[in-house]
Amino acid sequence: MTQAASNPAPLKPTINVQGAVTSKLVCNGLVKWHIVASFVWITIALLAGMLYGTQLLQINRFPGVEVMSPGRLRMVHTNLIAFGWLTNGFLGMLYWTVPRLTGQRVASHKLGWLTFFAWQAIVAATWVGLHFGEAQAIEWGETPVWIDPLVCVGAVLVAIQFYTPIVKTKERSMYVSLWYFSAAFVWLGLTYIMGNFFPQYVVPGAGAGAMLGLYIHDLVGLWVTPMGWGLMYFFVPVILKKPIWSHALSLVGFWGLAFFYPLQGVHHFLWSPIPMFAQYGAVISTIAVEIVVATVIVNFFMTWRGSEGSIKQSMAIRWFFVGAVFYFVTCLQCAFQVTLTFQQIIHFTDWVVGHAHLVMFGVFTFWLYGVLMHLWPKLTGRNWHNPRLNAWHFWLTSTGLLLMFLDLMSAGLVQGFMWKALTPWDETVTASYPFWLFRSILGLGIFTGHIMLVYNMIRTAFAKKVTHIDLDYRAYEPSVTEQVPATV
Amino acid sequence: MERFSFVFLVAGLGFFALAFVVSAWVPMLEFGELSVESIEELAADPPQSFLDLKDQYPVAYKKAFGDQDDSAAFADALRTGRKIYIGEGCWHCHSQQVRPVGSDEERFGRLSYPEEYNNEMNYPPIWGTRRIGPDLIREADKHSNDWHVAHFWHPPDVAPTSVMPSYRWFFERDDPDTEVDESLTPNRKGLSIIAYVQWLGSWQDNRRETIHAAGSIDRAFDPPVEHKEEPPKKDDNEPKKDDDGFGDGGDDPFGDDGKTDEPDPFE
Repeated sequence: MTQAASNPAPLKPTINVQGAVTSKLVCNGLVKWHIVASFVWITIALLAGMLYGTQLLQINRFPGVEVMSPGRLRMVHTNLIAFGWLTNGFLGMLYWTVPRLTGQRVASHKLGWLTFFAWQAIVAATWVGLHFGEAQAIEWGETPVWIDPLVCVGAVLVAIQFYTPIVKTKERSMYVSLWYFSAAFVWLGLTYIMGNFFPQYVVPGAGAGAMLGLYIHDLVGLWVTPMGWGLMYFFVPVILKKPIWSHALSLVGFWGLAFFYPLQGVHHFLWSPIPMFAQYGAVISTIAVEIVVATVIVNFFMTWRGSEGSIKQSMAIRWFFVGAVFYFVTCLQCAFQVTLTFQQIIHFTDWVVGHAHLVMFGVFTFWLYGVLMHLWPKLTGRNWHNPRLNAWHFWLTSTGLLLMFLDLMSAGLVQGFMWKALTPWDETVTASYPFWLFRSILGLGIFTGHIMLVYNMIRTAFAKKVTHIDLDYRAYEPSVTEQVPATV
Repeated sequence: MERFSFVFLVAGLGFFALAFVVSAWVPMLEFGELSVESIEELAADPPQSFLDLKDQYPVAYKKAFGDQDDSAAFADALRTGRKIYIGEGCWHCHSQQVRPVGSDEERFGRLSYPEEYNNEMNYPPIWGTRRIGPDLIREADKHSNDWHVAHFWHPPDVAPTSVMPSYRWFFERDDPDTEVDESLTPNRKGLSIIAYVQWLGSWQDNRRETIHAAGSIDRAFDPPVEHKEEPPKKDDNEPKKDDDGFGDGGDDPFGDDGKTDEPDPFE
């Protein structure tokens, strides 16, 4: 536990010089406030998830209260995670990374603040709308229909904001992160329009079913995934202070993602009335995308190789490492579970819920935590208030999520085989109780960890002592508090 | 290749469009021949369960649907019922899709087919991706209106292990001045959601033998083990219904006549 006392903190003059250099380029306020907003939404989302989870144990804290009905809370949980937490987090990180990668400012910081408030209004309207029963029947897109056009406008504004520096840059070649970002902004808009307007107004029935599958998948595959990969490719080399292992390999991964990922959506509705050729195609392309995933995993671990100690020293790298391991697990699982054989048993069960948690939480949320560990001291200009709390947060969250994944996967197998064996329905529900109980306990642990992190962030932000400012990577030295205390 | 415009046009727009054509547009062509039925067409001939609601709860019914004729009232109920079904998130715990695998047909009834989703009630279809409770696309007439009323009020009363929440806001007192529970009846929301759930699958005969077993009461009279050993009862006098063109036979839930002779990988 070496603490701030022994920290060779940059002195005040350094702050001014470097702050001046980067403030021309980056608006740190936007980064910070997007992070703050994302933490407000994830807190609500986790609470909603826990309340929904306890309903499965026949515990309802709000019996007879219409706006707190568990069915509505479930939609609050998923939507706030996708649009409130992950999207806000990604936008914050983009304001940090894109100007640094291009050497250009974003289109306009005023536009940034406009988008920031507009996006929070969209998420808040979704949140309130869902509580008042205004949902749209599109999974991950339950945002009420009257907000959908605003989301599209928001996506366009975000695209304008970040395409400007990417187009203006004088760099001769684009770093792989920018490739991902460039494509992801188009994909976000197109995916949202396809998923929220066509099935709602144009096409009914099984044709719309195919599009719903595409929407669920593309939101994760063409928005969350490229954002996550782009950020990982930026922050891991920066924190480890060495180049990415192979830029060429990362580009293979990019083109693989771009080609194969959009083709897979129908695999969410296998054995459905969607024509079989579409289902077979989706299965084959899903298995093919494992090659793409392999490029990312290989690139991460080969970059990390030779800096093995970093997993002990840097909390950020530790999050990235665990996220990458989980990414490998989730994608391996994907290649199996997507087959028509596996789908006979696991579709409609908790297996799928476990898989979704592993992807959205175990991988992309973990990577955002990794970035946060690295950025929060820089943004606030203060060392982490208490690194031990971060370590506690890490252990509670990562073990909690791993056990939750295993628990839900087992529950899915039990449910699937009992259904196939024609066990009476009520017995399949009682058989699930223990799994659901364990899941809720783990959820409590994860939430406890989350509260520790939030407390630590607040204490850090409001600490009196300004000790840690190195906004410019040219002057970057890893601070002591980013390191893991020896005792935990 | 390393230019922004190339990435934007080829990866961003091109591959997305390609995937849209391959996995959404071309499959949609398969259903191009099907007509899209409007809710009014679907509601032209309300099922008996809906007419029963009118007799059972005359006051509440009048308050909910006014003096519309039966089919207009039913269309109204279907629209409202679907909105509630979506808004309450029913579809996150109940699927609306019977698959040809996983013993779905034996448990819930006939395999889902594209035609039944091609109507105004399926903008978009509410297939769902999770079953905490049973599938509902063959729910019509599996339970009485009374069962549904009791179930929405407090599910464990009729299905003791159920983890479904109570929906008290589907009910109102006919006479607001009294506190007597007898005067509680389903309100507009309650009548509509019951009409909607009783409509699901009402376009075909669901009274085939399934071991749906929604509650333990059903099971007490019909233990599943015995059920499995017994051959399914066949009424030879009745002609086999097979007008769907799927050649799966009408009333033989345990037969494999709709399936191929592929070996079952789980046997």
